[in-house]
Amino acid sequence: MDFGTVIDAALSQALGPQAIVFALAAIGLNIHFGYTGLLNFGQAGFMAVAGFGLAVSVVKLDLPFLVAVVIGLLMSVILAFVLGVPTLRLRADYLAIATIATAEILRLVLGAVEFKDAFGGSNGLNGFVGPFQDLNPYSGPLDLGIVSWSRADLWSLTVGWVLVALSCLLVWALMRSPWGRVLRSIREDEDAVRSLGKNVFGYKLQALVLGGVFGGLAGLFHVLKQGSAVPTDFNTTFTFYAYAALLVGGAARVLGPVIGSIIFWFLVAGLGSIFGQLTDGTGVDLPTWLMTDTQASLVRFIVLGLGLMLLMIFRPQGIFGDRREIAIDAR
Amino acid sequence: MRLRLAALVPLVMCLTVLGGLTSSAFADETPSPSPSASAGGTPSATPAAGATAEPPDAEYYVAVQLIDSSKKTATSPGEPVPGVKLTVLAPGGSAAGSAVTDAEGRAYIPIDGGGKYKVELDPKTLPDGVKLSGKAATTKNVSVILEGATNVQFQIGVVAEKGASFGQELSQALFNGVKYGLIIALAGLGLSLIFGTTGLTNFAHGELITFGAIIGYVFNRGLGLPVIAAGVLAVIASAALGWVQDKGLWGPLRKRGTGLVAMMIVSIGLALLARSIFQYTFGGSTRTYSEYVAQGPRKIGPLDVADKELVIMAIAIVVIAITCISLATTRMGKSMRAVADNPALAASSGMRVDSVITAVWILGTALTGLAGFLYAVDKQVSFVMGFKILLLVFAAVTLGGLGTIWGAIIGSIIIGIVSEAGPVFGVPASIKDVGPLFVLILILLLRPQGILGKKQRIG
Repeated sequence: MDFGTVIDAALSQALGPQAIVFALAAIGLNIHFGYTGLLNFGQAGFMAVAGFGLAVSVVKLDLPFLVAVVIGLLMSVILAFVLGVPTLRLRADYLAIATIATAEILRLVLGAVEFKDAFGGSNGLNGFVGPFQDLNPYSGPLDLGIVSWSRADLWSLTVGWVLVALSCLLVWALMRSPWGRVLRSIREDEDAVRSLGKNVFGYKLQALVLGGVFGGLAGLFHVLKQGSAVPTDFNTTFTFYAYAALLVGGAARVLGPVIGSIIFWFLVAGLGSIFGQLTDGTGVDLPTWLMTDTQASLVRFIVLGLGLMLLMIFRPQGIFGDRREIAIDAR
Repeated sequence: MRLRLAALVPLVMCLTVLGGLTSSAFADETPSPSPSASAGGTPSATPAAGATAEPPDAEYYVAVQLIDSSKKTATSPGEPVPGVKLTVLAPGGSAAGSAVTDAEGRAYIPIDGGGKYKVELDPKTLPDGVKLSGKAATTKNVSVILEGATNVQFQIGVVAEKGASFGQELSQALFNGVKYGLIIALAGLGLSLIFGTTGLTNFAHGELITFGAIIGYVFNRGLGLPVIAAGVLAVIASAALGWVQDKGLWGPLRKRGTGLVAMMIVSIGLALLARSIFQYTFGGSTRTYSEYVAQGPRKIGPLDVADKELVIMAIAIVVIAITCISLATTRMGKSMRAVADNPALAASSGMRVDSVITAVWILGTALTGLAGFLYAVDKQVSFVMGFKILLLVFAAVTLGGLGTIWGAIIGSIIIGIVSEAGPVFGVPASIKDVGPLFVLILILLLRPQGILGKKQRIG
């Protein structure tokens, strides 16, 4: 067992581009779930519309890059309205089912053979990252001894972590404003807020849009760091993993989703590396009747599922959360 | 913090035991070219005894079976075509190996690893009078991803289907839709019962469907029982899982007063856990039971119907009817409905709410397991089969009205028909599942309580 490799894999994932995607998506979910108590199980859908908004605009419509970015974000705003207007008046689990269904519809349609001309079928679209990579100021890869990143990754990391920092700042400022306090009180007791004359539906819709835009940002960043927009990346399990990341860090905390994503990827990549090494046929190996190398990649998901259950049962507030802030209940 | 970790243990153990059973059951199984998935329209026959080519020991190999579909009979999909030379070309274009089909029409060609290969059929070696049909392509591109067999099919002697009339297509779609709907209805009934009494939107419900199918596979292929016996045992095992789930997980959570949203997220965690364990033990491939796999359909009026489809539908209808009648008439059924209506009132009337809920979990999981088993008999077993139809079950139950019994059944039939009849009306077949999800969104928009739901339930 080479622990250097494990630490390398875990650290480069924990600070890498994928963790940034999760952090941005989870910041959006934090506004939905942590602060407002909305159950959005379709964050992958928000990411998909934004990512494909960008890709289609550049590749198929030949629009300038920045316009395409704006279109991408606009798509997630539109999706929030489409989802929110009918379902936000209903009980929490209706929004959950509506969002998860919409996200699946989007994924299936974007990946359908019949729309290959528009969305590229199951291979998706690529060839839109040129302008993004042209801005790259770095000249070579970075090697810090234990972790190293390529030149392209380094640029994605810089942009990504700046985005995450700005998002956190925005969330921090918003949530200590009167607007943010209304959101929290909606989470605690919707009827009480309504009796104070607040338009609960309006506030919920605003929260859904704002969180959806962060989801869109995550989608944009995902397709940019990857260089392609592929429908299967935006599946339902992504949303569930983002929830896991959020809950690990602690919902209703500004830095909860960020810390959560880092820890989530540290554990996922670390476990993957450990069990990968235990089954790779060199050094100390587990017997193959117990685990083969294909099975080794599944151990982390087993741990993840079990971890999510135990977390929600024993410590729903996560690492940094406040237990009183997460006493959410659907009525 | 009264709930101890121990409460979770039985559940995990149960899943792990299942894991052990599956993996040991398949340890010595040689990969066999899986039937079904008949892209080329030539379902492969079950191998008969005799001198046949054996699947090689290689980790990766290409498997071909040539069947002349023009000699199709009621019992076999056609005659095997022996003596045909097949060559596999490696990604670079060099030959990776070749083989000649045996008396069963089978040939296996070992290759070095995954990648994009070309399979060439030498048309000169085809017996007289046998011709490739379709586009008569003698080469097929194949991308090898998984270890074991990668099946390649060549169309031989397939007579182009005369364009079925619209009425014929529609009636066939309706029939398939009702069959699909009845299977969904069994699972939906389980979901609806559990939701009605506990309020839990159970995202792990799809895995309960898969459980029924996989445990049936364990009894059938692992222990060698006939499919029907395996089905009975699968339902019993599902009922046991329902009991274990309630005693080990949901019951203790209820007693702690865990909120419904928290429970919903716990169910998501459980779904991830169970699905990964299924994949770990059962593997990522799609398998079939030992019997009733490729049943030739018979003509009934305008319909092509396999016997197993009729039996599946009959079983589903009988079970649904018995469930509904017992919910309406028996003491336990009445208490279930009372608890669903108002748990506090039921408790103060002297009912033991907790044991009623346990009974609901047992009944609900058993029904869902049966749905999974029947679905697997109709199609195949895979570790994601339940996850794939979970949203359809949700759609069905929401359409009918969350927590209502008749609503779940009506909703399921509608969803089944929408799903199957969509392609007849021009919905692309690759996204036919979009139709039901669209219906789900639409019903939330127009009548969120569902067809039979009560308005006060929607919040």
